[in-house]
Amino acid sequence: MQHESEIREPLILGKKSYHEITEDIVRPIEGKASKYWYMLLTISIICFMWGIGCLAYTIGTGIGAWGSNNGVDWAFDITNFVWWIGIGHAGTLISAVLLLFRQKWRMAINRAAEAMTIFAVMCAAIFVLLHTGRPWLDYWLFPLPNQFGSLWVNFNSPLMWDVFAVSTYFSVSLVFWYTGLVPDFAMIRDRAAKPLAKKIYGIMSFGWGGSARHWHRFEEVSLVLAGLSTPLVFSVHSIVSTDFATAVVPGWHTTIFPPYFVAGAVFSGFAMVLTLLIIVRKIYSLENYITIKHIEYMNIVIIVTGSIVGVAYLTELFISWYSGVEYEQYAFLNRATGPYWWAYAAMMTCNVVSPQLFWFKKLRTNLTFTFIMSIIVNIGMWFERFVIIVPTLCRTFLPSTWNMYSPSFIDWGIYTGTIGMFFTFFLLFTRYFPVIAQAELKSIVKSSGQEHKEKHAHGHAHAAHH
Amino acid sequence: MSKAVIHAIFDDEEPLMASAKSLHAQGVHIKDVFTPFPVHGLDAAIGVPRTRIAITAFIYGLTGASLATLMMWYMMISDWPTDIGGKPSFAYYMNMPAFIPITFESTVLCAAHGMVITYYLRCWMLPGVKAKNPDPRTTDDKFLMVIETKEENKGNIESMLKNGGATEIHHK
Repeated sequence: MQHESEIREPLILGKKSYHEITEDIVRPIEGKASKYWYMLLTISIICFMWGIGCLAYTIGTGIGAWGSNNGVDWAFDITNFVWWIGIGHAGTLISAVLLLFRQKWRMAINRAAEAMTIFAVMCAAIFVLLHTGRPWLDYWLFPLPNQFGSLWVNFNSPLMWDVFAVSTYFSVSLVFWYTGLVPDFAMIRDRAAKPLAKKIYGIMSFGWGGSARHWHRFEEVSLVLAGLSTPLVFSVHSIVSTDFATAVVPGWHTTIFPPYFVAGAVFSGFAMVLTLLIIVRKIYSLENYITIKHIEYMNIVIIVTGSIVGVAYLTELFISWYSGVEYEQYAFLNRATGPYWWAYAAMMTCNVVSPQLFWFKKLRTNLTFTFIMSIIVNIGMWFERFVIIVPTLCRTFLPSTWNMYSPSFIDWGIYTGTIGMFFTFFLLFTRYFPVIAQAELKSIVKSSGQEHKEKHAHGHAHAAHH
Repeated sequence: MSKAVIHAIFDDEEPLMASAKSLHAQGVHIKDVFTPFPVHGLDAAIGVPRTRIAITAFIYGLTGASLATLMMWYMMISDWPTDIGGKPSFAYYMNMPAFIPITFESTVLCAAHGMVITYYLRCWMLPGVKAKNPDPRTTDDKFLMVIETKEENKGNIESMLKNGGATEIHHK
């Protein structure tokens, strides 16, 4: 049995037996859904439906329905794509990178964070699939034999790398998530009273029984998947950043992009995990599992990644001045003082200034403050992508091509729709799936549970007396 | 000589571990143990050999890397070389830096999915397969040890299990 120092704060509060953990985790699934759940679901579905309407309109009339124009040909579509895929990165970071570092606090949050990853990547995919203009021909993105003399896709292009990166990322994340879910589905199956629930969870649990051999393989598979997902998650956002960095556009053509994008992705993803989990722990009374300490750990990640992002912004400014290239210098001057200065100001305030408040322990352990901050960070990260794309494209080399951009009603509709879709799926997930990886959590009760720690500390005090 | 199968249920993992170790040391064949969560060291205690699934992942990964290399060489260099943006496709090694991202992604894709498919097949876990645990409580908070032995050793093993902290013993 692994020993953990008593000085470390417990990760599971209260006296929890294995059975009590089971009961706490299945309560939302077996019980009746609350009024709040139905309210949130209704709002999300309405947004989702509105989005589907705007999406259908776009497919019917073409992407002329968007605000994008000849100069600013990437706008809301790519801003939202990068925003969503960035949000997804925290889930993989929690489940893979923290697994490799043996961080046990990941166990209470990895399931929900991975679900968030999958839904966020689905939202991101909508934008890239739509922005091709003729989404019914999206299979052209894959290297399929064709009748044009077998004209192949261009493997030199970062946009092609993106196709492979995002599809690999989505499918591997999905498999990682599901493999972890199987033992928990088996737990629900084994105690389900209703025959239909027993049948469905029986199918979803693949006949899992918890044999020592299977657990042995399960742990090896989780470890190897974590080892594969870690470079994968870094590669995905690095590749997304090369969509910009390999273009000869001032403000985009910089080598700092890959690490800067990855840090930003983790930053926004952790913020989204906090937004979701602060609500989930409250509605489903999971305060004993997702503790203030968990929230604090995530806030510390936010300070670190937020500071990396801040340093990257300042480095960009310095390098553009130091390069002596007037186009490069103008690109940044234009971002900060041009027609979209307010977006730049919002980005700087939300991403660079506000996370520094988490240096105060009082603030990073305060739930209301963290919740508000988590939303501010995601607004800031949305503006970061907007600032990179729109102000840059509206003032490129030829002043005769300069023009402004404003999103259309349809742009807003699709964006709202993806937010609705994300929350619809997440709410359904919290209702029918175990939101905490209970099997993994049970394995740390005896090392990180409050009851055990107190007993152990007591034992030490006694020994000192004698 | 008839064979006997004993199912011993434990309430906690410490007595289970201790019993498994002492039984295994005395040469009793522990067929399997069903636990609600991975109990570390239990696999070694009952003599489960180390899984080779990570090796399969490595082989699948190599396959993925080779397939991606072959695909990009064929499509970009051999079948229809094109000069895109002043970057002609003369030879594989010249274009290779641009092919690294997709080679990497393909490696991860094949390694991850190949390994997971192997894992599900090796454990025979598929949609619709009957639950493998003999007692439904083992996914909640009970630990079940399955022992196969000869009829005449039954009494001896049972008393060892009881002394070791087993709370229930069933014969199958």
